[in-house]
Amino acid sequence: MVMGTIRIEAQLAVIGAGPGGYVAAIRAADLGQEVVLIEERQELGGVCLIEGCIPSKALISAVEVANAAQAAKQFGLTFVAASFELDKLRSWTKSVVSGLTKGVRFLLEKRGVQIIRGRARFTGANSLDIDGSDVGGVDFQHCIIATGSRINELPTGYGLPVWTSADALNLPEVPESLVVIGGGYIGLELGLVYAGLGARVTVVEFHPHLLMGADHDLTEVVVRHSRNRLHNILVNSRVSRIERSGAGFVLTVEHEGKEQRLETAQVLAAVGRKPNTDGIGLDRAGVALDQHGKIKVDITGTTSAPSIYAIGDITPGPMLAHKASREAKVAAEVLAGHPAAFDNRAIPAVVFTDPEIAWAGITEREALEQKRPITVGRFPLRALGRARTLGRSDGLVKVISDPETKLVLGVGMVGPHVSELIAEGALALEMGATLEDLMVTIHPHPTLSEAIMEAAEAAAGAPVHTLTS
Amino acid sequence: MFEFKLPDLGEGIHEGEILKWHVAEGDRIDEDAPLVDVETDKAAVTIPSPKRGTLVSRHGQIGAVVKTGEVIAVIDDAGERVATPPQRPAATSPVVAPSPEPAAISSGSRPPAAPATRRLARELGIDINLVPATGPGGRVTPEDVQRFAAGPAPEAQLAAAPAIDTPAQAERSATESHAAEAEYAAHAATAIPFLDIEPLPDFSQWGPVEIETLRSIRRKVAHKMVTSKVLIPHVAHMDEADVTLLEDFRIKERQRRAGGRGERLTLLAFVIKAITAGLKAAPAFNASLDPFKEQIIYKRYYNIGFAADTGRGLVVPVIREADRMSILSLSEKIASLADAARAGTLESADLRGGTFTITNVGPLGGTALIPAVNYPEVAILGMGRAQEKPVVRDGQIVIRKMLPLTLAFDHRVADGADAARFVTELVRMLSDPHALLLET
Repeated sequence: MVMGTIRIEAQLAVIGAGPGGYVAAIRAADLGQEVVLIEERQELGGVCLIEGCIPSKALISAVEVANAAQAAKQFGLTFVAASFELDKLRSWTKSVVSGLTKGVRFLLEKRGVQIIRGRARFTGANSLDIDGSDVGGVDFQHCIIATGSRINELPTGYGLPVWTSADALNLPEVPESLVVIGGGYIGLELGLVYAGLGARVTVVEFHPHLLMGADHDLTEVVVRHSRNRLHNILVNSRVSRIERSGAGFVLTVEHEGKEQRLETAQVLAAVGRKPNTDGIGLDRAGVALDQHGKIKVDITGTTSAPSIYAIGDITPGPMLAHKASREAKVAAEVLAGHPAAFDNRAIPAVVFTDPEIAWAGITEREALEQKRPITVGRFPLRALGRARTLGRSDGLVKVISDPETKLVLGVGMVGPHVSELIAEGALALEMGATLEDLMVTIHPHPTLSEAIMEAAEAAAGAPVHTLTS
Repeated sequence: MFEFKLPDLGEGIHEGEILKWHVAEGDRIDEDAPLVDVETDKAAVTIPSPKRGTLVSRHGQIGAVVKTGEVIAVIDDAGERVATPPQRPAATSPVVAPSPEPAAISSGSRPPAAPATRRLARELGIDINLVPATGPGGRVTPEDVQRFAAGPAPEAQLAAAPAIDTPAQAERSATESHAAEAEYAAHAATAIPFLDIEPLPDFSQWGPVEIETLRSIRRKVAHKMVTSKVLIPHVAHMDEADVTLLEDFRIKERQRRAGGRGERLTLLAFVIKAITAGLKAAPAFNASLDPFKEQIIYKRYYNIGFAADTGRGLVVPVIREADRMSILSLSEKIASLADAARAGTLESADLRGGTFTITNVGPLGGTALIPAVNYPEVAILGMGRAQEKPVVRDGQIVIRKMLPLTLAFDHRVADGADAARFVTELVRMLSDPHALLLET
């Protein structure tokens, strides 16, 4: 067949099959839309599934077990030194990913979504061309752009074989030493993975703190734990030069006006992501960008072109899969005529370090910047029975509330499994819960979730398992 | 701050129902500009603002009854005497800013309300930021949204609703009509299957039209009739009374009494007398059904209302304790109430407390009619035109004066057999003036 000869028509064209695009396609199909989904990759699921959240969590789980085995010494349980078979770990991670991508394809196909592999490019507000497919283009009534984001290139490392997060997740080797440039959540998660796999890891962060978005009292616990695992953490530091040195690299790092040289076998650049808004013909569709290069949308996801919606990393806000999925549902519902809106009060953030960090709603730092009065109730996990029995009592849960109305404004936590606990905080925020709502809800004993109730009690000045200061 | 009290709206009027606010809280208003429409028992009046300034708060939602002398609005007229370009006074009361949270906070920029509540607001086309909250911590509850939807001027809400920072204004006209549809849907208090309430087409596309705002009596009738027709399973029972003897007697008496008591002796007075007698034997037709308490309330008093055309619409003045009055007194009362209705001087007490209604369109014509029950009463009697007709008596065709009667009633409270007995008795009394005599 001659490529690109056929044009098809669709009620809805979705560009990108990540956690935004595929969710939008499914929801729209369920609402009776005739949907075409265009994806450049062979596999569906996007960065999140193929080279992001999922493979990284698989690796983190493996390392966690190794760390847990070591920590089991306190129970009187000892193992011979743990060692990884890299091939098996790699193929297991790939099997997790491929199982999920196949699942996404199955869900889409069962709903009659037409999946086209190729690269879409707008030719107008109701039409696009597709490169690399036998379908030459789609004429659509509505389109949802869900093209996601890509890894920022490191200017100083351009042309050198430094790793990106995607490379690191492929587990090419465990280098003897690894410098991670960027102390955000990706750098820290992967740095800890490679440390757990046996590499000597140094994290270099430009800002004065790791994990800039999170409150210090949360990151502090992670930094304390990481000091035993990581070789070094350099903050307020900038990598000014990267050079090849034999099989490895030499980095020049500036710290408070002084330069220092770091030799390392491998470098991982984890310096953020940028939206995929270029090269898809947005100008021809009449889709406008904001000053940060993201697509301007209203709360329904509608862009400046009324027939076109945008969701996920290409729109303002944090680049997170769960934000994209929620926006996906909103856009699909709106274009199907339902009164949906992305009016969420909280987008939870989760960092899968060891221990984990999670927060939702306002942070203490944001409150400070806004000069907004708040009441913070903290509950340390060392006062919690379940944390003690896990042997993981380092951490805390805090609930931030309005001093006047007692409304819950934010929830932050650091500790084991807090990635699972934060959803309660997100629910409290969405529902407009007050401290009392969290306090009177019976939390099962003994569980980590009790910490949320206790923190709410602390904020209300009535804690049971801690003393008011 | 100026507290505006409901002014005296005329003799004998002590209260009014709020029909419509012309100004939203926080908006500016000029002196003498329309502030609020209030409906009294007699008419709807537009009350102008006594001051120029900012409307700080409105006291009374649509449908609320306010008494003369009660504060209905607070107007901030501070600084209004300065002859500078008008600007919004800085010191507005907190009521003006219902959003309990300062802006630009990740979680706080939107009012606290559960996702389902926020969706409800969108469905109703309401900007949830404008909804006054009653929940703990300033949380907006679903009830708050419903109350707001039923409350103030819908134009204001609709205008505010699409105020999202949108780059897609082109499609907004579609969204607005969407909001209008949602507004329509919101008025269907209950979901009735197959009931479509859709915006009307623009009739002017087919020819010239005139538009009149539904208000005052017309609006009240609309409310009453929809309530009646939706809530009451109506059944009608019809018969004809031979009023030949009665009419002979009435017309003779009336002529004899010209210039004195009874000069306006009408057939209606006799019918009322017969009805009160009938109601005593059939209490179900002098009752009310409370659907929430699941109770039937039988009234041991007989206040008979009669539909009166005022020229501005229908009113139903009530004759209290009609069963204790003579036919002569009834005829006088009917005449005075009908005059007052036409003159617009009925007291609100004259319009309340009815237990049964009679509608007499006969003088205007009509062989039969099916009236709608005056909710929350149980039954209504419709009188057609009494006219001479050929009827069969003892195998002979004779000319008799026949009065068509229809009893429409609430089948929840009474059955067809009850109605048949009631109407048959009524017909018997009207056909035989001697029978009526026993009831006086």
